[in-house]
Amino acid sequence: MDGIHDLGGMAGFGSFEIEHHEPTFHEPWEETAFLTNIASIAMLGAYNADEYRHSIERMPINEYLPARYYERTLIGVTTLLVEKGLLDKADLDRRAGASVRVSQPAVANIDDGLSQSTTPRFTVGDRVHVRNMHPPGHTRVPRYVRGHSGTVLHVAPLFKFPDASAHGLPRRKECTYHVAFKSRELWSESAEAEDTVVVDLWESYLEESP
Amino acid sequence: MSARKIATPAAQAAAVKSAMLESGHLTDADFDAAHAIEESLNWHNGAKVVARAWCDPAFKARLMQDGTAACAELGFEGPEGEYIVVIEDTPEQKNAIVCTQCSCTAWPVLGLPPDWYKSPAYRARVVREPRKVLREMGLVLAGNVALRIWDTTAETRFLVLPLRPPGTEDWTEDQLAAIVTRESMIGVSLVSAA
Repeated sequence: MDGIHDLGGMAGFGSFEIEHHEPTFHEPWEETAFLTNIASIAMLGAYNADEYRHSIERMPINEYLPARYYERTLIGVTTLLVEKGLLDKADLDRRAGASVRVSQPAVANIDDGLSQSTTPRFTVGDRVHVRNMHPPGHTRVPRYVRGHSGTVLHVAPLFKFPDASAHGLPRRKECTYHVAFKSRELWSESAEAEDTVVVDLWESYLEESP
Repeated sequence: MSARKIATPAAQAAAVKSAMLESGHLTDADFDAAHAIEESLNWHNGAKVVARAWCDPAFKARLMQDGTAACAELGFEGPEGEYIVVIEDTPEQKNAIVCTQCSCTAWPVLGLPPDWYKSPAYRARVVREPRKVLREMGLVLAGNVALRIWDTTAETRFLVLPLRPPGTEDWTEDQLAAIVTRESMIGVSLVSAA
C-alpha cells in the first residue's frame, strides 16, 4: 500500500533529537509491547514478521506519525492477535477500561502471476529497472525507487516474498538484490553527483533495464 | 464515532499481556525467553566485531566475505541477524544505514535501535538530503567523499565498518572496542580516538 510508513524522500519533517545515554525502553509498557511481539512471533508462531510490519502500516495516518515506535508495535500486535482470533477486542477493552487501539483492515494483495525462480535472474553489474507497481497490501518496494534504474551490487540469498507472506499467499522464496541508484536519478540535480542510495529489492520488483 | 475513552499505551499493553497469559496462548516462560533474546541484543557486540576487524586481517576478510558467520564466531547471532552484510567505510566512500519503511536493524550487533533512527524525520530525510542530515548530526563530509545510503528494505541487515582513527596503531582490541559508538556503526558519525 502507498501508505504513510513509506517515508523515504518525504519533505517537511525538520530536525530530530539525539538522546545521549538513551535507554532501550523509555516506559515499562514499551518493553511489554516488545516482548509480547517477540513471544507471539517466535514462541507462539501467531503471525510472521511480514504480517507484523503490515499491521503497523495499516494504522490510520494521523495516528502513525505522532506514535512512539513501541506504540506502533503495540497497536500492530493487538490488531493481529484480535484478527487471528486469539484475543477478543471487547475483552481487551474491558481489561483496559477504555477502547484499545487497532489498525484498519487489510486489503490483500492478489498473486501478480509473475514467474518465480529460485535461480537469480540478475547478476552483479546488471542494470535493472524497478517496476511501477502499487499493490494494495504489503510491499517492500519503496515509492522513491519505482520507475527508476540502478545497478546490482550484490545478490542476497532467497527470502520469503513479503507481498505474499504478509497476506498468507503461497509463494516461494526469491533472491533479493542490493541495487545502487544514483541520487541524481532519484532526486534530480539537487543531489550530489557522487552520492548513491542502495535499496534491497526482491526479484519480482525488478525487470531488465530498457 | 465512538465517544469512548481511548486506552493509554500502558493500559493497552497490560490488557494484551494479561489476556495472552490467562488464555494460555503465552506463558511466563515465553516472556522469559523473549526477555533472554532482548538481553542478547547489544550494540557493544558490534563494537567488538569492529575492533576485532581492525586488529585481525584474517577476521576482517571473513567478516567482509560472510558477515553473518564472522559475527557468529564471536557469539553474536539471533533474530534480525540472519543475513548480516558489512559495509566498509573508506577514505573515498562514507556509508550510512536507514530503514525508510519501518526501522529494521541488525539487532545482534547494533542492538535495538535508538529513537532518532526510528524517527520519521531520519527515515524520510536521509535518503534525500543525506549530507544535510549528517551535518546536523555533527559529521561534515568533504566534497570529494562519496556518500552511500543503504536502505534496509529486505532481509539483509547492514553493519558499517568505520575507519580506524589515526593514532590508535598500538591500541589493544579492548581499548578500540571502547571507542566504537553505535552511531559510527550505523554510519552517521566517525570513530574518534579523543
